[in-house]
Amino acid sequence: MSFVEYSEIIQEGDVVIIFLGHESMMPIKVQSGAQTQTRYGVIRHSSDLIGQRFGSKVTCSKGGWVYVLHPTPELWTVNLPHRTQILYTTDIANITLMLELKPGSVVCESGTGSGSLSHSILRTIAPTGHLHTVEFHAQRAEKAMQEFKEHKVSHLVTVRNQDVCKDGFGITGIADAVFLDIPSPWEAITHAKSAMKRKGGRLCSFSPCIEQVQRTCEALLDHGFEEICTLEVLLQVHDVRAVNLPLPDFGPEEGSDDSQEGVPNTGNTSVICRTAIPPREMAGHTGYLTFATKPRD
Amino acid sequence: MAECVKDSDAEGRISYGDYVVLKRGDIFKSVQIENKKKVIFEKQWFFLDNAVGQLYGAVFEIEAGGSLKLKAAKHSGDSLDSKEAGQDNRHIMDDGRSQKLSRDDIETLKEQGLKGQEIVQQLIDNSTTFKDKTEFAQEKYIKKKKKKYESNIKILKPSTRLLAMMYHGREPGKICHLRYDTLAQILTLGNIHAGSKILVFETCAGLVLGSVMERMGGYGSVIQMYPGGGPTRAGMESFGFPSHFHKTLHEFPLCKVNALLAGTLDLSEKDGDGNGRSESSQKTSGVSEKSSEPQSMEVSVDPQEEMRRAERERLREQRAQEKKLKMEEKRKKLASAAALLEGRNADGLVIASRFHPCPVLMGLLKFVAPSRPFIVYCQYREPLIECYTKLREQGGAISLRLTDSWLRHYQVLPNRTHPVLLMSGGGGYLLSGTTVAAKARNQHKAEEPVTKRLKLDKISSSCDSSA
Repeated sequence: MSFVEYSEIIQEGDVVIIFLGHESMMPIKVQSGAQTQTRYGVIRHSSDLIGQRFGSKVTCSKGGWVYVLHPTPELWTVNLPHRTQILYTTDIANITLMLELKPGSVVCESGTGSGSLSHSILRTIAPTGHLHTVEFHAQRAEKAMQEFKEHKVSHLVTVRNQDVCKDGFGITGIADAVFLDIPSPWEAITHAKSAMKRKGGRLCSFSPCIEQVQRTCEALLDHGFEEICTLEVLLQVHDVRAVNLPLPDFGPEEGSDDSQEGVPNTGNTSVICRTAIPPREMAGHTGYLTFATKPRD
Repeated sequence: MAECVKDSDAEGRISYGDYVVLKRGDIFKSVQIENKKKVIFEKQWFFLDNAVGQLYGAVFEIEAGGSLKLKAAKHSGDSLDSKEAGQDNRHIMDDGRSQKLSRDDIETLKEQGLKGQEIVQQLIDNSTTFKDKTEFAQEKYIKKKKKKYESNIKILKPSTRLLAMMYHGREPGKICHLRYDTLAQILTLGNIHAGSKILVFETCAGLVLGSVMERMGGYGSVIQMYPGGGPTRAGMESFGFPSHFHKTLHEFPLCKVNALLAGTLDLSEKDGDGNGRSESSQKTSGVSEKSSEPQSMEVSVDPQEEMRRAERERLREQRAQEKKLKMEEKRKKLASAAALLEGRNADGLVIASRFHPCPVLMGLLKFVAPSRPFIVYCQYREPLIECYTKLREQGGAISLRLTDSWLRHYQVLPNRTHPVLLMSGGGGYLLSGTTVAAKARNQHKAEEPVTKRLKLDKISSSCDSSA
């Protein structure tokens, strides 16, 4: 197993995702002899997981069952332990497309945070790209390094514990793309520009507040960036439901001598409609995404 | 990894045969650089020959006669700012008479060879109201005129981003109105990455196929399932992939899926597999029969006639040989695609077409390994609701989600920041999920609340009773 390559059989040391039911999953590290408690009972790693195929059903001690899934960055995003507010798949997907990431891309990212975007970037740039990620919080940087190792992707990433606004990304002239998710992105634009390849590259800055966006756009313009574009995306979920819609009874129709007339509650009294409805509440804002192109030097 | 690598400019230079994207503002067009070929873009005709040898990202002007001229590097703060500006528009009359230059005057200026920026300056000088406009209004005016009169073109390397925006802006019908943010979701939710084996069924001119291939980087394999005569690849070609990428691309006709699943697909090395083959094999035998006939009936031996006949015979045989080779080539391709599919262990499935997604999905999911993502795009919602329902009944898939995304652009300017006035109405819908091994019903894991039971007993069971 790795986060950048599929495998078929579960092995010792793998990180797997246990699917318990609707919107209920948890990540576990597979260890010989270990056990994991779930509401359906105990999962014994040695007998229930190791050697089993990803995607299989596992019956727990109480009789209930779960599915064991191969990890993906998307599953990781919804299951990872939060150290900070994270980026979700909708924003991540657009960032990936707009930064033109693909195998071989060299990417700079700050801040690493909880590693949600990092895992997605690593999956996209593997096997020949590299991610240079900067995190100014020492423990978070350490935790990120640990996770990358466990997820067998550390060969694709370098974590640096420093302040990107003061010290930059630690490299110059090699990045195809730069991503900023920091409180004052305008302070990092100079470093972002120098990290990028001479021939140019793409930049993205994610900010929750419009004031941050304004200052960032100004800085981008001052530094000669082009195609500056700010947008936001939101995901609308449609919950599929079968709903019962009762039909009205207008009484017997005039002039008809139907034998059923006069007998109440016969025939069609309601209709089942297969439809999809929006949830009661939805995420209304995550942040603004500002993209720009660094032209050739 | 070296800390600071010098880019090789060689790979950054435009060459003949390259697929490129032309850009002016927000308008894009995909073209191939061909010798002395006339290209039309934004109502202008020109040749791309002068671009060859220049660097990607370069900006060109269209000269009289249609040749491109490399534009010198832009100097920031082009001197179009006016010294005078007003406070508000209370005294500005919008009577359409403030511009003193007529259409013909402007045409004359164009013919005299005035550059876009110079024309804009002329318009400003001949506008009676310009100096009364607020600074913001002046900026807006200049921006608008620049957009109209500058004839700059930027030449870029193709990417999913550029091509997706191009198709959505120019020919959305060709891509089933798939908006680029929805395509972004497809690629990410599908976990498309190097080294996997992905099944694609699309009728989006090859754009979805190309974007999948871009994310695979030439590693792994992509099997394109196609509905009719042959797979559509035009959009994919526009990406300008290096040739080794094409080796990872396979195709398989939908009409042979059932045979493959049943194990009855005939891949042996003989003719007669599919209509085209039996027809052509008959033709070949028919032709050779025909050629043998006149020989048996021939009496006189005219040397020139003999030579011509021998030549015809040789050509016929040559064509027959070529046809045979082509068929063998086709058979080999079918066999290699079948070999990849047979294992029923694809790492992902992407569907984006004008076909009803339900049967396509149910048919192709069989080829996907357990614990792998699949994603179905449809311009409309109801067919995906059907897919969802069918999958819930059949089992074998979890985490089903029906979504669409909402996209909004912003204008960010000092004291003028607001969402852009026009917004995209819709970008299509996505159904995503993950495959699992067991085909059992999800009995106690209802992912939706059970339909409320009514007090009355008789419940209509079909939707066709009303409306």
